[in-house]
Amino acid sequence: MERKINLEKANEIMKKHGNNPEKLIEVLSELNSEYGYLPKKVLKQVSKFFDLPLSRIYGTSSFYTMLVTEPLGENIIRFCENAPCHVVGAPEVLESLEKELGIKIGETTKDKKFTILTTSCIGICGVGPVMIINNDVYGNLKPEDIPRILANYK
Amino acid sequence: MHRIYRSHILICTGSGCPGAPIIVEALKEELIKRELENEVRIVQIGCPGFCSQGPLMIIYPEGILYCEVSPDDVPEIVEETIIKGRTVERLLYEDPIAAQLVTHYSEIPFYKKQKRVILKNCGLIDPENIDEYIAEGGYEALGKALFEMSPENVIEEIKKSGLRGRGGAGFPTGLKWEFTKNARGEKKYIICNGDEGDPGAFMDRSILEADPHSVIEGMVIAGYAIGVNEGFIYCRAEYALAIRHLKIAISQAMDYGLIGENILGSDFSFRITIKEGAGAFVCGEETALMASIEGRRGEPRTRPPYPAVKGLWGMPTNINNVKTYANVPRIILNGWEWFSSIGTETSKGTMVFALTGQINNIGLIEVPMGITLGEIIYDIGGGIPRGKKFKAVQTGGPLGGCLSTESLNTPIDYESLKETGAVMGSGGMIVVDEDTCMVEFAEYFLKFSTDESCGKCVPCRVGGKKMLEILNNITEGKGKLEDLDEIENLAKFMEQASLCALGQLTPGPVMSTLKLFRDEYVAHIVDKRCPAGQCISLITFYIDEEKCKGCGLCLKNCPVNAISGEKKKPHKIDIELCTKCGTCRDVCKFDAVYTK
Amino acid sequence: MPKIKSLEELRKLREETIKSMRVRKSTSTKITVGMGTCGIAAGAREVMHAILDELEKRKIDANVITVGCIGLCAEEPLVTIERGGQPGITYGKINVEKVPKLIEEHLIKGDIIDEWVISRG
Ligand SMILES: Cc1cc2nc3c(=O)[nH]c(=O)nc-3n(C[C@H](O)[C@H](O)[C@H](O)COP(=O)(O)O)c2cc1C
Ligand code: FES
Repeated sequence: MERKINLEKANEIMKKHGNNPEKLIEVLSELNSEYGYLPKKVLKQVSKFFDLPLSRIYGTSSFYTMLVTEPLGENIIRFCENAPCHVVGAPEVLESLEKELGIKIGETTKDKKFTILTTSCIGICGVGPVMIINNDVYGNLKPEDIPRILANYK
Repeated sequence: MHRIYRSHILICTGSGCPGAPIIVEALKEELIKRELENEVRIVQIGCPGFCSQGPLMIIYPEGILYCEVSPDDVPEIVEETIIKGRTVERLLYEDPIAAQLVTHYSEIPFYKKQKRVILKNCGLIDPENIDEYIAEGGYEALGKALFEMSPENVIEEIKKSGLRGRGGAGFPTGLKWEFTKNARGEKKYIICNGDEGDPGAFMDRSILEADPHSVIEGMVIAGYAIGVNEGFIYCRAEYALAIRHLKIAISQAMDYGLIGENILGSDFSFRITIKEGAGAFVCGEETALMASIEGRRGEPRTRPPYPAVKGLWGMPTNINNVKTYANVPRIILNGWEWFSSIGTETSKGTMVFALTGQINNIGLIEVPMGITLGEIIYDIGGGIPRGKKFKAVQTGGPLGGCLSTESLNTPIDYESLKETGAVMGSGGMIVVDEDTCMVEFAEYFLKFSTDESCGKCVPCRVGGKKMLEILNNITEGKGKLEDLDEIENLAKFMEQASLCALGQLTPGPVMSTLKLFRDEYVAHIVDKRCPAGQCISLITFYIDEEKCKGCGLCLKNCPVNAISGEKKKPHKIDIELCTKCGTCRDVCKFDAVYTK
Repeated sequence: MPKIKSLEELRKLREETIKSMRVRKSTSTKITVGMGTCGIAAGAREVMHAILDELEKRKIDANVITVGCIGLCAEEPLVTIERGGQPGITYGKINVEKVPKLIEEHLIKGDIIDEWVISRG
């Protein structure tokens, strides 16, 4: 189910940066936040604009974790599973989160409400375990906090 | 005109204190309500490092430090401290060891053993205001370099200071600059590596957030010394606040003519561009980072040629870490003798560490090289929470290694760490207590590194996976003693044959835990037992009859009904039914559930 | 913002900006102004502003802090000056007009103005 994609915005963004290949990652990042992911149609347009093979564009998009080529859920949960959070109880919290939503890391719920991703350490290890839902940061998590927090987004 | 205020209230709004902006708003309102806005100035500072007590507020001129401040505390703070000059005791920091309240910022034990050279301004100045940096002597070093020193003098000064790269490998900085200077190329570049991908490392982020000008000044001086007019700061996109502060800092420095054309009226010009990463750990590696700046997949390539000879767009390029550049103005201003008087024979100056994990004072610290691990863990870190025993500390991130109790008296410098099998790395220090299983800990880091492998070379891609399988088997109780030899062989293969340091260093944590905690590996393999009681496949849950009060909480919460027992009598777990989910242990209020 | 065109100009700017940072450095001189309801009613806030202006004008490094009512309401506004670890001298009934003389005598010349003093130590 590919939503209707309006390419006008994409063209605008590309024009702003120019077609120097050096700008490719900046352009992809901005497109990613504009559309929520990088639709195929947009990537084709990017390939044309930069005059680079589509494989190069795909290769670059798939390399960086901040760029995604599949549509994600309405709410994006970025869970921190890095060592400092890990040793203060992140695995148990993650288990509770996965159980509550019935999906694993990297997956999206059937109703397209939630996607769980991991985040690299955001440097607030002092209040770990940590997760970010959309732009809200949650710290000092315990497994039993999860249902209450998710309820805010349902 | 700079207005003089009678009091400054400093609030840490670093990204490690997510609640701080609301406090600033509350404070602004309160000051206006009390008509104090012309007497008291609010200064938003970067992280002073004491993150475990955040959000922090420091009130000058008294220098009172308040911890864990919430917006509700604001009216009381204004009424008591600002108007009446009294301290609000309940917000003071309580020293857990001496069980005393500490009023002043400078008296907290956390800061006492520290030596703040590059963190000097962090938590003292407003990073969005270049004037405050200048007031603290900022850009004076740049002026000194431009007008009183030749480029060769500058390089000589850095060489003599003994400064080594703070990005991990510890290569002498002056020498690196000289290589780039002497390399031939029609254009040359300078890069600041602000990728900081190590989990648990937030030193660079804090510096970029709290004192961005120190890094910029260091880069301009490097540019002058090496003869380069163009620099890039590569910063990971996750560091939104750091990027914002960098942008502000660069534009203010441009306005003042401290970067741009004819800096300070000299004939030297230097431009700086910010490049944002898009999320890939390996991009911290210098050749991968340059590929990423060029807009390609961030895959490393073999060295040599080193970036100093063939770097960005094939041109000679000097690349240093954030902290390396931040040291430069201090050295130029205070002289190499001063810098080399701090530290040990081979490692000069200070090191910034991010203390995380199972330690009381989580935060950012700066210590002279040569301080012992014990001083860091106990005197500065305040020891291990809940009276547990210290077991190990992982340094150098996922590619580093461990130090155990044996090393508590080891002075921390590049060489002595290498001897023990750990590495200095970029400065992450993850502390774990006696309840951590070292096999699982190593497996965890190995998984991180293999996930981050770019896949370009076989030893790294396949070797890492193979090693991970073996570790998986061990933690599941399916390991054999021969596996330990196999691990060592794989490690050698990866170290020798991988393309870049990611593959070469991936076995690090496994090898160092194997060396220090071999008995734990053996216990998993031979006795099928996890000494720390963490590896689910190897443990069984029991209820301590002495401690169990028969409250029934575990019985109610057990998802598979494996617990039975009458009210007020000790309960029992049916081992056949138990899925080892650990719920009973989590809910028990009497600590009666244990594992064996 | 004008460009800084030489090292001298940078140093001049620094001199300017350093003043606004002085509050964050501890100095050996502490001036305490009573700011209870009584003090404020008697004009303590204006006195404090006058002190700040005077310090600025005469380029004196000092920390100015405020305290609540110390129970000498009849003598407000109260100003206590402590220097170099010496016991403080408290002056009573200070008003804006008295401030320049107070700073001149006590902080510059080092002379205590006896007739204004209400307590020592
Ligand atoms: C996998 C990998 C990740 C790295 N990540 C970083 C990093 O995040 N920050 C950094 O400064 N150096 C990192 N380095 C080291 C850089 O390649 C390079 O040595 C460093 O930027 C040089 O700066 P210095 O001389 O100031 O230490 C990494 C190296 C490897 C192999
Ligand atoms: S490890 Fe989770 S925020 Fe740093």
